[in-house]
Amino acid sequence: MKFGVVIFPGSNCDHDALYAVERNLGEQAVGIWHQSEDLEGCDVIVLPGGFSYGDHLRAGAISRFSPVMGAVRRFADSGGLVMGICNGFQVLVESHLLPGALIHNRGLKFSCKTVLLRTETLNSPFTSLCDPSQPLEVPIAHGEGCYFADDATLDLLEREDRIAFRYVDGNGEATEAANPNGSARNIAGVLSEGRNVMGLMPHPERAADPAMGSQDGLLIFRSVVSSFVAAR
Amino acid sequence: MMPTISPQVVKEHGLTTEEYDRILERLGREPTITELGIISVMWSEHCSYKSSRVHLKKLPTTGEKILVGPGENAGIIDIGGGWAAAFKIESHNHPSFIEPFQGATTGVGGILRDIFTMGARPIAVMDSLRFGPLDDPKTGVKSRHIVEGVVGGVGNYGNCFGVPTVGGEAIFEPGYSGNPLVNAFALGIFRADQIFFGQASGVGNPVIYVGAKTGKDGIKGASMASEEFGEDSEAKRPNVQVGDPFLEKLLLEACLEAMQTGAILGIQDMGAAGLTCSTCEMGGRTGAGIQIDLSLVPQRESDMTPYDIMLSESQERMLLVAERGREDEIFRVFKKWGLDAEEVGTVTDDGMLRVKNHGEVVAELQNSFLTDDAPIYSRPYTTPYRPHPLDGPGVPQIDGAGAKAALEQLVAAADICSKRWIYEQYDYQVRTNTTLGPGHDAAVVRVKAAGVSLVMSLDGNGRYCALDPKEGAMLAVAECCRNLATVGAEPVGATNCLNFGNPEKPEIMAQLVAAIEGIGEACTAFKAPITGGNVSLYNETLGTGIYPTPVMGMVGVLPHMNRPAGITFQGGGSMLVLIGGLLPGGDDQLDRRFGSSQYAKQITKQVWGLPPALDLDFEIAVQATVRKIVQDGLAESVHDVSDGGLAVAIAESCFAAKRVGAEISFETEIPLAAVLFHESPSRILLSIDGSKLSSVERTAQERNVPAVVIGQTIDAPQISFRVNDKPLFEVSTDSLFESWDTALVRMLNK
Repeated sequence: MKFGVVIFPGSNCDHDALYAVERNLGEQAVGIWHQSEDLEGCDVIVLPGGFSYGDHLRAGAISRFSPVMGAVRRFADSGGLVMGICNGFQVLVESHLLPGALIHNRGLKFSCKTVLLRTETLNSPFTSLCDPSQPLEVPIAHGEGCYFADDATLDLLEREDRIAFRYVDGNGEATEAANPNGSARNIAGVLSEGRNVMGLMPHPERAADPAMGSQDGLLIFRSVVSSFVAAR
Repeated sequence: MMPTISPQVVKEHGLTTEEYDRILERLGREPTITELGIISVMWSEHCSYKSSRVHLKKLPTTGEKILVGPGENAGIIDIGGGWAAAFKIESHNHPSFIEPFQGATTGVGGILRDIFTMGARPIAVMDSLRFGPLDDPKTGVKSRHIVEGVVGGVGNYGNCFGVPTVGGEAIFEPGYSGNPLVNAFALGIFRADQIFFGQASGVGNPVIYVGAKTGKDGIKGASMASEEFGEDSEAKRPNVQVGDPFLEKLLLEACLEAMQTGAILGIQDMGAAGLTCSTCEMGGRTGAGIQIDLSLVPQRESDMTPYDIMLSESQERMLLVAERGREDEIFRVFKKWGLDAEEVGTVTDDGMLRVKNHGEVVAELQNSFLTDDAPIYSRPYTTPYRPHPLDGPGVPQIDGAGAKAALEQLVAAADICSKRWIYEQYDYQVRTNTTLGPGHDAAVVRVKAAGVSLVMSLDGNGRYCALDPKEGAMLAVAECCRNLATVGAEPVGATNCLNFGNPEKPEIMAQLVAAIEGIGEACTAFKAPITGGNVSLYNETLGTGIYPTPVMGMVGVLPHMNRPAGITFQGGGSMLVLIGGLLPGGDDQLDRRFGSSQYAKQITKQVWGLPPALDLDFEIAVQATVRKIVQDGLAESVHDVSDGGLAVAIAESCFAAKRVGAEISFETEIPLAAVLFHESPSRILLSIDGSKLSSVERTAQERNVPAVVIGQTIDAPQISFRVNDKPLFEVSTDSLFESWDTALVRMLNK
C-alpha cells in the first residue's frame, strides 16, 4: 500500500508520518509537495501535523488553497482515503472536507501531552482494528485543537456514527477532566459522510514505535492497511 | 544630514573615550556615523567578549571527539557512524525582560540559526530559565507576567519551527526579579563531512543575502545587551527583535536544500549585530574582504539609512558566499521556498569591509580591526561579592513531624514543584525522537539515521555560585555529568552560558573569574571539553545584580536507541539503593553548607554559608558506578539526588508511578534534617530487582563507592521513613503529588 504525505510550507510532522509508515508499519510512503497536483498513485493521503503557512490567519486557512488540495478533494470525492493529523485535521475542516472547526484550546495555551482516546466506531477504514474497550494512548500537541460545531452538526455526526475518537479518562469515560482542550462532546476525531476522510487532533504517528513509549497509534495505520486489502 | 560625532554620540554608542581614541588613531580620520555604529556593536561586550576573553582562554576545548571548538557558530562533536552533532547555548536575557514573549522567541530563533547555519538540522532545544519569586508582594506580578511571556515565546518558536523542546530548568530567586535569565540550548545533527563555516573565500564570488527583509527592529540590540538597566528600560522596547518561526522553518529547509547543491562556500546567520557581524566575521575568518551595496538589501521599510541597515537585528536572515556562476542553483531553491535571495556584494582580496549605498562608500573598515583587534580587557578583580553571610542558623533539629512538614513544603516550592505547566506548552515530541523527555534528569533524543542517542542536560545553580562561584560552577558541571550518568552516558562535549552582573565592578568580575576557573577544573576532570558558549554580562537593574549564574549544557552519546529507564519507580517490591552513600563529604562544615540548600531557602527562609562539598574524584567514581549499572541493565529507575535532598528525590520517583510508594529505613548518626534534605552531590538513587543487588554492590565496591540499601518500593501510595529502627513519619504520595503537581499553577494564578 502506498501512502502519500503532503508537505506544506511549515509542515513539521511530515518526516514523522513518513517514518512511521515506512519503518513501523512497513508500507511504502512518499512526500508530495504542496504545489503538485499529482498524487503519484497513492492509495491513501496523509495531511501531516505542523504549522502550515505558520498558522497565519487561522490554522489551515491558507493551505486549503494549495494546488495539492484540489487534487486531494478530487481524490476524496472519488472515495480515496484521506487522513488529516493535527494541522492536517485543521486543513480538512478549512477545506470543508470535514464539518466543524478547530478553535483555540480552552485556556488558550498550546498543550503537549499524552491522552487516552476511546474508539467510537469500528465502522471506518481508520478504526476497524481498534478496540473500544481499550483506550488508545496517543500524544496531542496543539494550540488550536478545540473541536467546535453547532449542536445540529454534532447531533448529525453522532446519528451517522461519524465520531471516530473521544478523549476519555483511565476508566474509559468521556469526562470534562479528560478533555484536554475543551472540544465539544470530547471529540478528538471525526469522519466524513463517506467515511473515507478522517481528521484527528492526536498524533498516531508519535505512538507507533516502541522507543516512543506507546504503539497504540499504529492500530490506526494498520486499520487503514487492513481495510485497503479487504477492499481489493 | 550626517550627525557629527560628538563625545555624546560616542558615549551613546557605549564606547569609552579610550576606545574612541583608538578608532581615531587606527583610521587616521574621524569615522562616519555608519562606521561608528559598526565598530560599536562589534566592540560591544556581547560580540567581542572583551571582559571575559582572557579568562575563557583557560577553558579546556580539545578532545578526541571534538570536531569544531569555540569560535564558530556552534561547537561540533563526532557521534559516530560518520555523523556529527552541533550544539550551543545562548542567552537572551535583556530582551526577555523588556518584551518577554518576543525576547524569548528570538532567543530560540537565534540559537537555532547558529545550528543550521553550519548545515545541521536542529533536533532538540532545551531552556534554562530564571525568574524572580512569583509570590513577592512587589515584584511578583511582573515576574508572573515575564514567566507567561517567556514560556509562551519559547514554545511558540520551537513548536512552529518543528523542533522539540526536550527539557530544561526553571528557578526562582530574588536576584532575577529585574533580570530574568533566558538561556536557550539547541542541538542539530548532520554528516560529519558536510559541515559549513561562516567564511568568505574566492575573490569575485557573490555574497548573497537570503531570508527575511531588513527592518528597523533590534537596531543596536547587541549594545543594549551590554549595558545595565535603569528605570527607562521600557523605552528600549524598540531594540527588541520580533521573531517569525514560520519564516525560520522555511529558511531552515531552504538552507539545507541549497547546501546540497554544493554551490555554497560559506554561510553565516545574521544574529547579534546583523549584517555587520556576518560580513566582517566571514571576511575576518579567511583574511578576505567583503564589499556590499546596501541598496541591494531587501528592506521592509522605505526610509532606512545605511546605519539602520547595517545595525538592524531583524531575524531570520542569512548571508552566504556562493561559487560564481552557480548562483542560479541557489536562487532556485530559495524561490521554491518563497524566500528572498539577492546578490548584495562580492568577495574581495583586501581584508576590508566596504559598505556602499547606491555606489557611494559609507563605511570602509579593516575586518580584523572589528574582530580580532577588538579591545580585550583584563579587568581588575578582587574577591567575589558575597550576598549572604558565611554563618547562619546551621542544621536545624527536627523530629518526624517537622520532617514531614518540610517535605510537604519543599515539593510545593517553586524550584522543586512540577514544571508541567511549562513543558506542556512545548512540543517535546515532534520528530519522534524523544525517548526521555521533560521531568527526568537528562533528556535523551535518538538519532534514527545514526542508530545512536544523544543525551543532554542543562544545569546552573546561582545560589551555590553566590556562596562560592568556583565551587558552585564545579557543582553545576558535576550535576550535568551526573545527569548523563543516570542514563548510562558519559560527557563528550559541553557548552556554557555565563550570566553575570557588571564586570566593571571588581567583586563581580571576581565572580566571573572564579566561576570560569571552576568550570575549567571540573570540565577537565570530567573530560568534557567546552565547544563554545555565550557570555551575558551587565545583568543588573538599578545597580542590583543577579546571582552569578553559569549555566552548563552537557552532551553525551549512547550507542543505542532504546528508551532509557527514567526517574520513576516501576512498581512495588523493588530494592532502593543509594549509590554514593547517605552523606558524602560527611560533616565537613555541614552547618555552613546546609545554608545553601532548598531547605534553608524555603523553610529556614535564610541563605548562608557554602555550597555542598564536592569531591571530584569521588563524584567521578560514583558516576562511573552508575553508568556501569545502567549499561548492564540492572536498574529499574535512576534519579540523582539534588534540589531538596534525598527525601525529595524519593518523592519525585513516586510521582509519575501509578500508586507506588516506598518504605525507607536506614541507620545513621547524621542529623535528620541533613540526611533527608541536604544537597550533597555524588548520590544517585536506584530502584533494582532484589536479585540484582549483589551485582550492583560488586560494581560499586570495585570503584570504592558505597551502595547503601535504604528500603524498598511498595504497591501503596505512601512513603514511610524509619531511622535507626524508629518510625519517623508516613506521608501519602497522593497528597504530596497533588501539591507538587499544582503548585506552579497556583503561584501563577495568585
